Amino acid sequence: MAAAIEAENLVKTFGDVRALDGVSLDVPEGTVLGLLGPNGAGKTTTVRVLTTLLQPDSGRATVAGVDVLKHPNEVRSLIGLSGQYAAVDEYLTGRENLQMVGELYQMSARDAKKRALELLEWFNLSEAMDRTAKTYSGGMRRRLDLAAALVVRPPVMFLDEPTTGLDPRNRIALWEVIETLVEQGTTLLLTTQYLEEADRLAHDIAVVDHGKVIARGTADELKRQIGGERIEVVVRAAGLVPEAVAALTPYAKGDPTVEKNTRRITVPVSGGARVLADAIRELDTRSIEIDDIGLRRPTLDDVFLSLTGHATEGGADEDEDGGAATARKGRRGQGKDA
Amino acid sequence: MTLSDTRGAIGGAPVTPRRGVAATAHDSWVVAKRNLRRMTRIPEIVVFGLMQPVMFVLLFSYVMGGAIAIPGAQPSHQTYIEYLMAGIFAQTVTFAVAGASAGIAEDMTKGLVDRFRSLPMSRAAVLTGRTLADLVQTAFILVVLALVALLVGWRIHNGVLDMLAAFGLLLLLGYAFSWIGALIGLSVRSPEAATSAGLIWLFPLTFVSNAFVPVSSMPDWLQPVAYWNPFSATVQACRSLFGNQLGPVPDSWPMQHAALVSVVWSLVIMAVFSWLAVRKYRRAAG
Repeated sequence: MAAAIEAENLVKTFGDVRALDGVSLDVPEGTVLGLLGPNGAGKTTTVRVLTTLLQPDSGRATVAGVDVLKHPNEVRSLIGLSGQYAAVDEYLTGRENLQMVGELYQMSARDAKKRALELLEWFNLSEAMDRTAKTYSGGMRRRLDLAAALVVRPPVMFLDEPTTGLDPRNRIALWEVIETLVEQGTTLLLTTQYLEEADRLAHDIAVVDHGKVIARGTADELKRQIGGERIEVVVRAAGLVPEAVAALTPYAKGDPTVEKNTRRITVPVSGGARVLADAIRELDTRSIEIDDIGLRRPTLDDVFLSLTGHATEGGADEDEDGGAATARKGRRGQGKDA
Repeated sequence: MTLSDTRGAIGGAPVTPRRGVAATAHDSWVVAKRNLRRMTRIPEIVVFGLMQPVMFVLLFSYVMGGAIAIPGAQPSHQTYIEYLMAGIFAQTVTFAVAGASAGIAEDMTKGLVDRFRSLPMSRAAVLTGRTLADLVQTAFILVVLALVALLVGWRIHNGVLDMLAAFGLLLLLGYAFSWIGALIGLSVRSPEAATSAGLIWLFPLTFVSNAFVPVSSMPDWLQPVAYWNPFSATVQACRSLFGNQLGPVPDSWPMQHAALVSVVWSLVIMAVFSWLAVRKYRRAAG
């Protein structure tokens, strides 16, 4: 499959900071690449280079086969960009915003108007279309911003943290829109801090840290890479731990670990639900009382932690994303619980 | 729900960008329309843009008018307001700098400039659209200010064509200065800084000139500076065109050829600063 987005060895320094330290990536046509990384990892800088907003110091990139550095204006007519903060004019109405973008994509005034109305309806903004964007809620503004990126139905889209700061309901609504676009064949590069978002939307994930791609693969591949599944058991009383360990050892593919305080035993296994059923039967036969038992697979959080050595929000020393990090922290908690 | 295609559909041919002057003209018009709409939604900006020169007219003419001697006339409110208005008009058009610098700085911080820069549009249009919208606003303010001036005693003596020529010179100067504002707006980090940076240097520029007092009353070393000030040429040209020149025109080359000097200064400022601003816009990292 042809690559809709291709970047080779992109380097960009700001003063002493190497924001991009040789980023290479490719996104096959019709797929979604999730760019995952902590603040300041280089996600936004990568997007800015690929969308012609920033000149890299070195490296090359093509979008839909067009060289980003040599033919930026052609690239611009092939892409849609929706940023972290909603880039809409708050003193224009929703309709005026989209119409303006259409006309700047060189559509005729009539086509731009027609397209604006279509998008407003699709994004559930028809009722609010003649109000200034200043009166819109955060979710509405974000939808308007995304709609602005879709005016010409670009074959390649860049979404830079599209759901940051949105409540779970709005986030899921936006995910559905994005999924529809991908079904219709759009190639998408998505940056996100929400592992859940990458898990749901991205075919492929590139983990970025310190301006480099440090891991690449599907969510499953990445999870497998850092370890397989395991059974976690919490026994009723501390005295039951040794016997439970003995009972589970035949199923273990590695050394069991025990957390004394929580009475939690973790045993690496393979064989999925079958093994879990066998383990439960064994514990039951030996009359070991348990509070909780389950088969756990590594989450993208585990992947992230093991690859970068810090959680997604950690180490925001070179915070390219501005003050959004604090707000994000709270949000992410919510998202994970949902 | 699905999206029906209009054009540029996935896999289809993208919209072909216009090229050259036609592209710049079209895109500038789209951006100018946007800025004019904003002005109607935030009328405070125009209102405050008007209050400042109106206040100057009233303060200068009633408070100081009686004390300032204009060559060829006795100090009085009536003679001073005739002398003053060309200066006030010129100062008003140069204050358009602050509008352009604050507006562009705001677009930069709100991410709108990123949106524009990611579109297949002319690289000059965001700035041209801004300066053109400011020109419309300046023209509107000039008309209202002229009406206020007529109410407090200002008169023109040379007919409508000369008056229109004078307003033409003023708008040309204002348009040239709004490109200085565009460059400032692209260079500072916040809209607040842009407003101060846009205004602060205008005070020496407009005061070391023939706008409010005769240059002949200034120290000798300052007089050439004041006469060659681009601002003075426009003021002198307007004063003559309005028929507000009470005594002889000062014996200084730029004053004797004020209309020509005014046009040349405006064109030079426009060329230099539009070139610098567009170059800066292309490179703006945002």
